[in-house]
Parts: sequence; C-alpha cells; structure tokens
Amino acid sequence: MLQYIDIGPGDIALALVLVGITLAISLWQHLDLHGDLLVGSVRAFIQLMAVGYLLQLIFNLNRWYLVVLALVIMLLVAAGNAYRRQQERWPQLFFVMLLAIGCGGLLTLTIVIAVVLKVKPWYQPQYIIPLAGMIVGNAMVGAALAVNRLTGEIKAHRDAIEVALALGATARQAIIPYLRASLRAAMLPTVSTMMTVGIVQLPGMMTGQIIAGASPAAAVKYQIVVTYMIAAATALTTITATLTAYRYYFTPNHQLKPPLKNTAA
Amino acid sequence: MNKVKFELKDVSLERPDCNSTGKRPTAIILNRINTVFLQGQITAVMGPSGAGKSSLLRLLNRLEDPGTGSITLDGANLKDLNIFTLRRRVGMVWQLPTLFPGTVAANISYGPRLRGIPPVAAATMARKLIQTVGLTAELLDRPAASLSIGQQQRVSLARTLANEPEVLLLDEPTSALDPTAAANILHLMADLRSRLGLTIIFVTHLPEQARQVADRVLLLSHGEIIESGPALQFFTAPRDPRSRLFLNGQLEG
Ligand SMILES: Nc1ncnc2c1ncn2[C@@H]1O[C@H](COP(=O)(O)OP(=O)(O)OP(=O)(O)O)[C@@H](O)[C@H]1O
Ligand SMILES: [Mg+2]
Repeated sequence: MLQYIDIGPGDIALALVLVGITLAISLWQHLDLHGDLLVGSVRAFIQLMAVGYLLQLIFNLNRWYLVVLALVIMLLVAAGNAYRRQQERWPQLFFVMLLAIGCGGLLTLTIVIAVVLKVKPWYQPQYIIPLAGMIVGNAMVGAALAVNRLTGEIKAHRDAIEVALALGATARQAIIPYLRASLRAAMLPTVSTMMTVGIVQLPGMMTGQIIAGASPAAAVKYQIVVTYMIAAATALTTITATLTAYRYYFTPNHQLKPPLKNTAA
Repeated sequence: MNKVKFELKDVSLERPDCNSTGKRPTAIILNRINTVFLQGQITAVMGPSGAGKSSLLRLLNRLEDPGTGSITLDGANLKDLNIFTLRRRVGMVWQLPTLFPGTVAANISYGPRLRGIPPVAAATMARKLIQTVGLTAELLDRPAASLSIGQQQRVSLARTLANEPEVLLLDEPTSALDPTAAANILHLMADLRSRLGLTIIFVTHLPEQARQVADRVLLLSHGEIIESGPALQFFTAPRDPRSRLFLNGQLEG
C-alpha cells in the first residue's frame, strides 16, 4: 500500500492560500463575492470539522442505534432541503419528500449493504454511513428536481389536464404525460453521469479511496456499485415523490384544484 | 314538452377571493341559481365578462362542485353518479381546442381508448367522427398541431363526440375562430342537435349566435340569472331592463 499523507493543522492553514486566491479574484474582478466567500469558507470548515467529530464518535462507539439515528437525521435534513428547493410548497410536501427519500433510499441501501457487499454486521459505520450519504444526497436532488418539474408542468398545462378529465380520464391518467416528463428530467443527470463517469471526471468517492491508499482497481469496483446504486435510488425516489405529490393537486373526485396562491411564478 | 335534462336548485359557488383588497376571504361566483335545461334544446348562456358563465358550465360535468344546492341529470343527483360516466355523458369543448400531442386520430380516440375500446374499433370511430365534424379522413394521420385553429376546434369537438355524450357544453367555442369557421361550428351544433338529439349548452358573447341557433337564452350577471327564456322572446321583448342594456352592449361586468 502506498504512503497515506495525514493532513495536520498546519497543512490546513496552508490551504488557506487557496481561499486567498479565490478572494483575490473576487476583489480584482469586483465580483462582490468576498463576503459570501469568507462566510462560506468558515462554514465549510466548521461544518466539516463537526461532522468529522460526530462520525468519529459513531465509528468509535459502533452501535446500531447510533447509526440508525444518523440515518434518520440524514433523511430529515435531505427532506427539508428538497422541500425548501420547491417553487410551490404546501405543508404536506415535506412529508412527501421524507417518504420518497426514505423509501427509495432505504430500499437501495438495503440492497447494497445486505445483498451486494454483504456487510456484517450491517451497521458497520465505515460502509453504511458514506453509502447512505451518497444515496440520500442524490435522492434529495432527484426528488427536488422531479417535484419542481411536476408542479411547473401542472401549472403550465392546467387546460390540457382538465380537457383529459372532462373526457373521462382519472387524475392519474390526466397527469401521466407530465409525470413522465418530470421523471425523465430528474433521471437525466444521473443517466448522463453514467455515460461519462471516469472519462470526464473522477467521482469524489473514488478519488478519496485512491488517496486513502486503495488501489485504483479496487476503487473502480466500488465506484461501479455506487453508480448503479445512485441510479436506482434516484429512480425509486423520484417515482415515489411524483406519484405521491400529484395527488395533492386533485380532489378525490378527480377535479383539478384551483391554482395555489402566493407562490413564486 | 321535452323532458328535463339538468335541474339546478339553489346552486351557489364561492371561490377564494383573488384580489387581496376584498374584505371577504371568498368571492361569490354563482348565487342561488335555479334553472332547468331541457333535453334536445340549445341554450345560449350570455352575460358580461366575469358573470360566471364558464363556472356554471364547469359545475355540470363536475370539474368543480357547488358549495351549496343540488344539480340533477335525468333526475339523479350528480354526486350519486359515477364521475367518469358523468363526464362521458356530459362532454365539454373550450374556447381553445387544446389538442394533445400526437395525431388527429389519437386525439379523437382518446376517450374511447380510456374506456378500453380496442384500437381498431376506436380508429373506425375516429374515421366516422372526422366526417361528422366536416373534415376529411386524410387529416387523421396528421399531427394535430399542424391543423388550422378552425380545424383543430372541429377535431376537439370530434374528440368529445367520441364519448357519445348526451349533453354538450361549449364554452365560447367560436371565439378563437374566424367568421367562416365560427359559422361552421354553429351549423354543426344545430346539426348535432337535430340528428343526435343532443342537449347543448353554449356560452357566447355574440347575441347574433344565440339568435341563430339557440332555443333558449340564459343571461347571467354577477353570478345571478337576470333573465332566462325562449330566445325569440328574449330578443324581441326582453323582460328585464338589464337584458335590454345587454342587447345594446351596455351591461357592465
Ligand atoms: N380559478 C379561479 N379562482 C378564483 N376565482 C376565479 C377563478 N376562475 C374564475 N374566477 C372568478 O370567477 C368569476 C366568474 O368567472 P367565469 O370564468 O365563470 O366568468 P365568465 O362569465 O366565463 O367570464 P368570461 O366571459 O370572461 O369568460 C370571475 O369573477 C373570475 O374572476
Ligand atoms: Mg368564461
């Protein structure tokens, strides 16, 4: 195994040179970003240090309930984030996101942990935490994208939806073209990433494994599993999210509810 | 005497008020509407913009439900009917055709396909219906979007007729059309009534159209019925002063 270089506090201080370069460009070109850049740099530092200590704690204690707690927190934060990214929000939408990311994420995570990697015991933090992080992160982006697109489509195609309803379609039948468009839009980034992965960019996880000393040959095998895993999680989450979310726009009698007020266009 | 198709009793509809200056959280769109629509009659619904004409039509195929009051179709409360059956029996056509992406044939077959009619039978229906609305069968394989707006409106009518409705609701079906295309749609309406015995309720802002084809006129203003009666009487001897204002183009919304 190659030598793994540990980063000391002094080395991190040296990395501030990189922040300095960014700041200099902002000032030089009058981008007016230096305030945000400073805050961002400090936040990144604090957040990552905090997460690092927290994870270290979970790793050291190695208890299943702590792992479960971490997963629950991840899900809540992801659902909240997907919710906040919506142009049109309604109270239950947070729970739609939670359900979608929860179902899609946990199912995928179970398959990877129990079937593909056969991790024993299942709650080994070294595996479940990073994998869950990637799954939940991608599921969150997918769900946010899909539901945003769906609400946009509904807003833009109210006429066509009512035409379909008036012709005897169920709410589901009336919405299906827009559901498909939303799912495609949300899946597309994942699919195009699959097309170019390894050629255009090296995924962060693989880079990390290689730096940490894993052989590239071993790292790519993980990356292949992770790539498929992300695709599955995105597909499951977006379909759950859209199939649940569209119902909000209809009454039980297959009537399209009037447009929501006080939402950004 | 024709039998009663639709009967509306004390039908009111409120919606959340759109303009924020309103003191009330809801606006009254329709206020205690009592009326009947007779089988095989053509009724013209008229009135100033915002009177509630479109809203009235939307209650009849339950795209919306009234807050209070009851509506019956052939004596049965709309709420007791299967919603999909109801919407097939009561077809609707809007001001804009709003055809689906795809061919003309696919558009006309939409309703039959939903009902589970096999593709071949649905295609036969489409072939027949395109002629019913006065277009040629060659158009069937064309993308719907490639047709003129007048042709599209006829296709949308054919699409609705494919459900074999008993009632046709038409919301300003000719407003987007040129005079010739508009006249064609009006002829078609009269034709459908006499050949198929359809009950037709159509919204128009042109008294001329009502005079041409309607048996009966219903004048709405601010969600209330101002006058309702035989078209001939409405045009020759309107009872309500506001009807006279309307016919002179002076009734404000
Ligand atoms: N989705 C909606 N939400 C709230 N109010 C609405 C909505 N749609 C229409 N309204 C209001 O309901 C009232 C009646 O509208 P409606 O469309 O039935 O009128 P109309 O007689 O068809 O008018 P027009 O001739 O302009 O088509 C209007 O005051 C309108 O502002
Ligand atoms: Mg209208």
